[in-house]
Amino acid sequence: MRASLAGWVFAAPALAAILVFFLLPVLAAFALSLTDFDIYALADLRNLRFVGLHNYATLLQDPLFWKALGNTLYFVVVGVPLSIAVSLGAALLLHSKLGWFRPFFRTAFFAPVVTTVVAVAVIWRYLFHTRYGLVNWGLSWIGVHPVDWLGDPRWAMPTIILFAVWKNFGYNMIIFLAGLQSIPEDLYEAARIDGASRRHQFVHVTLPMLGPTLLLVGILTLAGYFQLFAEPYVMTQGGPLQSTVSVLYLMYEQGFKWWNLGVASAVAFLLFLLMSGVTSGLMWFARRRGAE
Amino acid sequence: MNDRLARALVNGLLLGLAVLSLAPLLWMLSVSFMQPGEASHFPPPLLPSAPTLANYRELFLRAGMGRFLFNSAAIASLTTLLSLLLNTLAGYAFAKLRFAGRERLFRGLLAALIIPAQVAMMPLFLLLKQLHLVNTYAGAVVPGMAGVFGIFLVRQYARSLPDELLEAARIDGAGELRIFFQIVLPTLKPILVTLAIFSFLGAWNDFMWPLIVLSDEHLHTLPVALASLSREHVQDNELMMAGAVVTVVPVLVLFLALQRYYLQGLLVGSVKG
Repeated sequence: MRASLAGWVFAAPALAAILVFFLLPVLAAFALSLTDFDIYALADLRNLRFVGLHNYATLLQDPLFWKALGNTLYFVVVGVPLSIAVSLGAALLLHSKLGWFRPFFRTAFFAPVVTTVVAVAVIWRYLFHTRYGLVNWGLSWIGVHPVDWLGDPRWAMPTIILFAVWKNFGYNMIIFLAGLQSIPEDLYEAARIDGASRRHQFVHVTLPMLGPTLLLVGILTLAGYFQLFAEPYVMTQGGPLQSTVSVLYLMYEQGFKWWNLGVASAVAFLLFLLMSGVTSGLMWFARRRGAE
Repeated sequence: MNDRLARALVNGLLLGLAVLSLAPLLWMLSVSFMQPGEASHFPPPLLPSAPTLANYRELFLRAGMGRFLFNSAAIASLTTLLSLLLNTLAGYAFAKLRFAGRERLFRGLLAALIIPAQVAMMPLFLLLKQLHLVNTYAGAVVPGMAGVFGIFLVRQYARSLPDELLEAARIDGAGELRIFFQIVLPTLKPILVTLAIFSFLGAWNDFMWPLIVLSDEHLHTLPVALASLSREHVQDNELMMAGAVVTVVPVLVLFLALQRYYLQGLLVGSVKG
């Protein structure tokens, strides 16, 4: 009896905070997305009107929204697989018994994860500077002419993807490493006795055993990459030619630069819808493959 | 493949990847000690010719970096303290105290994890504006003070506490609060350290929310200040690198000191399935 009351009392402060500062705002965001909340409504609520799905309809006809969506999908479709591949590669290297100083390397690979996005984005902007950047200097050794990495619409997004992979691969690497360590050694033993090469062992033992880990890492990474914002904010400000405007960048500009909070909420909901759609698709695919 | 070749390959790749991971950070450190203008040459110098603290002096004396550092430290510390208190209480309740609707509530919380935090930002801003919390530390702290991830982390750990221990204390007549503070809290120490690092790093590194809620320059956190400095001082590479050092070094040091706890938490958080 007493423990039951105590349970509620102990859980209440955190639940109240989550309710008031997260769940209710989420519901309110949906309501807000159905209004024309703008800078006039911010000054005086009497200027607020209900507009139904008008914000959504306008967005779906807005070329900039589609541009932002396309850029975000580009970032996700190239960035997520690349990031996961590098994480898996790094985990395999760390797991190999042939490596020396493995704890040191693990820490080194993980260090970028804990750094502040804004600060390291500033470093990368300098590294990829057209005239003084180390990257162009390095490339000049092999005869490549200076590339305007962040100023060329073709190169800006790839540069941001490289940055994101560098920054994030250590996170999934740790999860993969734990997954690799939990694969029983006798499976490899049995495979070796059957004469399987290293490549075969990887394809027929390691990958299937990592199935659930891969799904989890895929979901987490997708969710993270859809939320692209700070990188373009610092490195390119959405440019050049809007080639790095992401969905969240658009939401930020609409909401907190132009104070169109109704439109911004609609953008946020469309992103949420897209993210849940893609995540459910991935889980459906995994279940069908039996990798649940 | 013979063994010597394989060993060389593995170690070569490890070394290469470590260089790629650390080089930008090391270069940041090196450039931050260069004379103003020194890094804007081609080819870029790797080490400062005459190391100087001029950039740091400029940052702290003229650009108000001390203020930003203080803001970041204050907001991250406050968030950490509140997050420790609220999430630990709730995590323990969800693990060990039976109450009506507990399991259903917990499943609901986990389901809420799929909602991206940005969806709540517009109404949250309006709510905080009504409460006069925009441009205050409290406004920056509020979204991070309790979270599903934190509750989950503590719950997973607290579940391994033996029920007999709690029962024995109850039979001895100890109240629930006393049980929590005297028996439960000490055994939760490792996970509290983990939760503390996650909260601190999360608050310190956060960018979008402080950018929105702290428009007053005196309240800027380091990432927000750095982003706005980098827009003003596009050419001052040495200055920006020093700013990046001030922002990144505290979290790197914290991580290096408490690495074990951090990586443990990362794994607990990712086995939820």
